Amino acid sequence: MQLTEKHKQYWKKNSRLTAWLLVIWFVATFVIGWYARELQSITILGFPFPFYIDAQGALLVYVILVGYYAYRMDQLDREFDVHEDDN
Amino acid sequence: MAGPAQSRFVSQLKRYYALYTGGFIGFVVLLSILEQMGVPNKILGYIFLGVTVLLYAGIGILSRTSDVAEYYVAGRRVPAFFNGMAVGADWMSAASFIGLAGTLYLSGYDGLAFVLGWTGGFVLVALLLAPYLRKFGQFTIPDFLGARYGGNIPRSIGVFAAILCSFTYVIAQIYGVGLITSRFTGLDFGVGVFVGLGSILVCSFLGGMRAVTWTQVAQYIILIVAYMIPVIWLSVKHTGNPIPQIAYGYVLEKVTAREQVLNDPTTPEGAREAEVRAIFKQRETAAEDKLKALDAGGATYLAQEKERLVKAGTDLKTKHETDPRQLETANRAVADFPADVAAARSAWRQEAETDKVKSGPIMAHAEPFAGPTEKVRDNKRKNFMALVLCLMVGTAALPHILMRFYTTTSVTESRKSVFWALFFISLLYLTAPALAVLAKYDVYTLLVGSSFSELPSWVSAWASVDKSLMSVTDINHDGIVQLSEVTIGGDLIVLATPEIAGLPYVITALVAAGGLAAALSTADGLMLTISNSLSHDVYYKMIDPKAPTSRRLYISKALLLVVAVFAAYITSLKPGDILFLVGAAFSLAASAFFPALALGVFWRRANKTGAIVGMLGGLGTCMYYMYITYPFFGVNDSLWWDINPISAGIFGIPVGFLGIIVGSLLTAPPGKEIQEMIDHVRYPNL
Repeated sequence: MQLTEKHKQYWKKNSRLTAWLLVIWFVATFVIGWYARELQSITILGFPFPFYIDAQGALLVYVILVGYYAYRMDQLDREFDVHEDDN
Repeated sequence: MAGPAQSRFVSQLKRYYALYTGGFIGFVVLLSILEQMGVPNKILGYIFLGVTVLLYAGIGILSRTSDVAEYYVAGRRVPAFFNGMAVGADWMSAASFIGLAGTLYLSGYDGLAFVLGWTGGFVLVALLLAPYLRKFGQFTIPDFLGARYGGNIPRSIGVFAAILCSFTYVIAQIYGVGLITSRFTGLDFGVGVFVGLGSILVCSFLGGMRAVTWTQVAQYIILIVAYMIPVIWLSVKHTGNPIPQIAYGYVLEKVTAREQVLNDPTTPEGAREAEVRAIFKQRETAAEDKLKALDAGGATYLAQEKERLVKAGTDLKTKHETDPRQLETANRAVADFPADVAAARSAWRQEAETDKVKSGPIMAHAEPFAGPTEKVRDNKRKNFMALVLCLMVGTAALPHILMRFYTTTSVTESRKSVFWALFFISLLYLTAPALAVLAKYDVYTLLVGSSFSELPSWVSAWASVDKSLMSVTDINHDGIVQLSEVTIGGDLIVLATPEIAGLPYVITALVAAGGLAAALSTADGLMLTISNSLSHDVYYKMIDPKAPTSRRLYISKALLLVVAVFAAYITSLKPGDILFLVGAAFSLAASAFFPALALGVFWRRANKTGAIVGMLGGLGTCMYYMYITYPFFGVNDSLWWDINPISAGIFGIPVGFLGIIVGSLLTAPPGKEIQEMIDHVRYPNL
């Protein structure tokens, strides 16, 4: 089947969303981890900041990222009329 | 799938599993009443493990099927919520359940690499793979490679890699099953393996993916309940707050303060610690001296040493007032004396290493990448990052996990089910670091400083069961426990938590059942992956594409038996290092599959040649690095950029990507049919 302009736009939006979420994933995991020693003096809820991020914060970010992706893609599917049959 | 039927199915499932959870809690309550009435612990352990194993087998029998779609992908009607739980159980292995909290206890911040790696990988699964694989909608991961890249070569490499990483991983699980059953029932390790294997087989043999799915949901419920109860109790005991994840920040502060006191020789407790550490320092020097003498004198020196020990023993015997314990120590020293130079070298090397660790200051739990010099710290940081990346990418490439996303009803549901999977997995991974800190607090404040004549009961109980899990020795003979005198094996933390928290034995049995559920559920998924790769990809797709359904299932089940027996045989040989197997599986999967799967969806230009070059290159690089660096293989070449062998994938993954890109660009782009297939997977409805 020939892809329409609308289809191409859907894929572009999907790719952009994916890329942005991956950037957040990367920062939460690797950028904060890399500077962990420098961030050690900040305290949050009694935890040193990097320890909190790697033991809890990042995990919560991951759950939210995946949840948001599912929600947003569902919207995009409908907006661009590529959603599966409702049943 | 018609709407009303599916929603009836969902509400039915909810009712069943609610009843099941209630029944299970009732069962635990009943057993605790039995315990109060005086039923011995051993019987309780038998009942607990027996009932849960029978339960899994029962679900297997109820879910038996001879339909291909039911057998391979549970009929593609697993609701997102339940698939999430099944992925959770499939995912969390004995290593997560029993090992993780212990690793965190022993290595503090640096152990968080496992927490990050084993959760963050699901972001990659959600964004890059799950929805597309679901839309593709076949049966196995090699199926996708075969269809996307065309021809049997990419499929065959996929089959080889899938079997390689699933098999190394399944050995670790069966080993865990054997260990848990033998420890809690007193049965022989081999019998434990056999019992566990029997329950795995009944389940997957009769009902394939369908039975495995519904058993895994049941196993998830048991394992999460078993993990949470003791930790919540411990949290209430130390903080008064029943939510350990929130409460332990405050406990961590106290642990850190305690570390500083114990490391400070000007305080009375710190002075005693320093005394013990000085003794270990002496022992380390003595061991190093022996090693030097061994290098110089060789076998002659070894014989002299032995003679000296034997003489010391005889001297003791001839003396009148000999302390019997002293005599016993002397006799043991003779009995344990290394047989030849090589054995002596490795035994004394290990002795020196252990003493060296014991003679150093206490490591700060919350400090990232702790080390004496900038170079050591940088090295730790680099390896931490590499390990996180390998575990994450490996997560997004292990076939037994990805396969689970074929079982949902639709693309939308598959996206939601990654969310539920990560949610259910995070429950455990958020708790493990809390457990490590709470247990550490207990050891640092209640055990350290207590008198050797009145050790906490859990300490003496575990010390008598297994010295490698728990041992305390009064090194400086002052009658008081110092931290450096305590040796704890990682697995102890989860196993002993119920006793540390002062809970009845039933909860200990519950934890054992939870560990067993974790190991069995993962083993279920892995065995199915292996036998499906062989029966579906090799037999049906490559050897006999016209095979009738009944024969396909028959072959599949026969292969399952062969794989199971073979895996049990390998496990019974007890191939040493479990962490080696688990770590290897992740790096292998990451290097072999991830680049080909991700580029297969996101890069149209990727073609067959590229996939072959990339997959073989990635897998080859990873295997080569492991071969030359893992002590297991005995080559012990120098490390590349100081990267530990467990993170071999850090070299395999980029080689995989590069191979696909270069190989594809040098050859013709894929044809029209494959372009259409790419469009097909990219759009939920086209």
